[in-house]
Amino acid sequence: MRPRSAAARAWAWLRRNALPIYAGLAVAYMLIPIVVIAVFSFGATPKDKLTFGLNEGFTLEYWSSAFSLPQLNEALETSVRLAAFSTAISTAIGTLMAIALVRHRFRGRRLTNLLIVIPMATPEVVIGASLLSMFIYYSFALGFTTLLLAHVMFSISFVVVVVRSRLIGFDRNLEEAAADLGATPFATFRTVTLPLLMPAIVAAGLLAFALSIDDFVISNFNSGTTVTFPLYVYGVSLRGIPVQVNALATMLFVVAAVAAALVLIQQRRAERMAAVRPEVAATAPRPVPGTAGAQ
Amino acid sequence: MSLRQRLVPYWLLGPGLLWLFVFFVVPMYFMGELALRSGTLVTGYSFEWAWSNFPDSLTGHTEQIVRSFFYAGTATVLALLIAYPLAYAIAFRAGRWRNLLLFAVIAPFFTTYLIRTIAWKTILSDDSPLVSVLQTLALVPPDGRVLATSGAVIAGLTYNFLPFMVLPLYANLERLDLRLVEAAKDLYSSSRAAFLKVTLPLTMPGIVAGVLLTFIPAFGDYINAQLLGGTQQSMVGNVIQGLYLTQRDYPEAAALSFLMMALILAVVVVYIRFAGTGAFMGSEEEVRR
Repeated sequence: MRPRSAAARAWAWLRRNALPIYAGLAVAYMLIPIVVIAVFSFGATPKDKLTFGLNEGFTLEYWSSAFSLPQLNEALETSVRLAAFSTAISTAIGTLMAIALVRHRFRGRRLTNLLIVIPMATPEVVIGASLLSMFIYYSFALGFTTLLLAHVMFSISFVVVVVRSRLIGFDRNLEEAAADLGATPFATFRTVTLPLLMPAIVAAGLLAFALSIDDFVISNFNSGTTVTFPLYVYGVSLRGIPVQVNALATMLFVVAAVAAALVLIQQRRAERMAAVRPEVAATAPRPVPGTAGAQ
Repeated sequence: MSLRQRLVPYWLLGPGLLWLFVFFVVPMYFMGELALRSGTLVTGYSFEWAWSNFPDSLTGHTEQIVRSFFYAGTATVLALLIAYPLAYAIAFRAGRWRNLLLFAVIAPFFTTYLIRTIAWKTILSDDSPLVSVLQTLALVPPDGRVLATSGAVIAGLTYNFLPFMVLPLYANLERLDLRLVEAAKDLYSSSRAAFLKVTLPLTMPGIVAGVLLTFIPAFGDYINAQLLGGTQQSMVGNVIQGLYLTQRDYPEAAALSFLMMALILAVVVVYIRFAGTGAFMGSEEEVRR
């Protein structure tokens, strides 16, 4: 075969790798705003101007002063507190629901599934508006409580989905072994089921936390005068956002990414620990009869 | 089974079902109730079976409703076109990069939705390098803007809901039995025919799930229209938000919101009848039963 020209070879290589190259580009596109936010958090801006723009010069000013805006701090604190409460409640409630759905046969199961699925498929604006309608009807004062009620509501479904998917792939043998060894159902649950389920519960909790701390639309309807982090950002976005917000957003991103990575690693480890399964034992190398003695 | 044992699932489900019922189902009732009131903000709104609020809310905002369908529809199609090859590449060509790529797909979720969209506002702003490149390429007229156009809103919607398209597609493609594609090729099918006759039909469930998960939130969204669009780009979500929170014209807002819910509920229930709750719940069980 005659050596092909460089251009032809490059073209062939491109064609062969078009898909991975495309995937790289698409993923880069997904990351653009994140990079922009991080870069802007290091950009110097004139002191008197609150802008969300790239300017000359590199500065750590906004990172060191990230927590120096009282209103922003207050909003962040509200958000973290709200997310913590919402996560605790929705994770507990949702985990119980997931256990019931996977482990028990009962009447009304389809309806239960529907009630869990439909809130996830409902536009946030409708959820926010309907809750506000109810709160208006009862002249219920809007504030932290209404936010909490709403946040737990929209988090439950996601918790159920995460915990449920892990329960489906769950090895029942371990529980049966515990029962055979005389453990009561509750002891089995506490010492076998719960520890094995923990990675999923933690993952679900993190998701609930992220959903709560990120929520703008539903909060916008039901917050009254309470200001959460996204509501603060929205409020100042009309005037120009303090650069500290970029620094905080970058911090939140790093924390969330690290937490997600840790959960993933922990989940893999738990899967390996739980993998004392027959099919794994069967594939393990076994001494071939007759050769064992020779070794 | 004893009665006590039979009651266990209901005890486990109780708190969650109660919460979802009181704070999801019941509010829908009150939204319906509010939609049937009439009056003004000053005199107060009283209940009087004001059915006309429903047609009024539609005719008064036809423009925004049509626009919402158009924006969300276009964004969904774009997201599908971007996501399918990406999900395919992650499922079959990524090798050891697979987890990293999946991580990158969900990475946007680790920053606040609002801040991400504001970042796009900056990227698309009038003096940004991207816009001058687009102007040089004559894709945007020399004195034209990108921000405050339909294009900007659609781009924002496409970006923000892209992960909702990628993930169900990936989940579907990952389970695809590649031997079927090989069989098609063994039987002298071209790559294109194998894709159209084997891969595409087998990934239809993922496509439908992705389309729903993208279209529904995009249809109800008002952040992108508000931040990236101008007054000429407002969507149904903007109308509902404005009527509820600024003008406090509750009946009309509730009527519009109620109709949106009814439409989406109809679509979702039809979908679930055919495909089960798998796409939303992470499946397996539905198939097993």
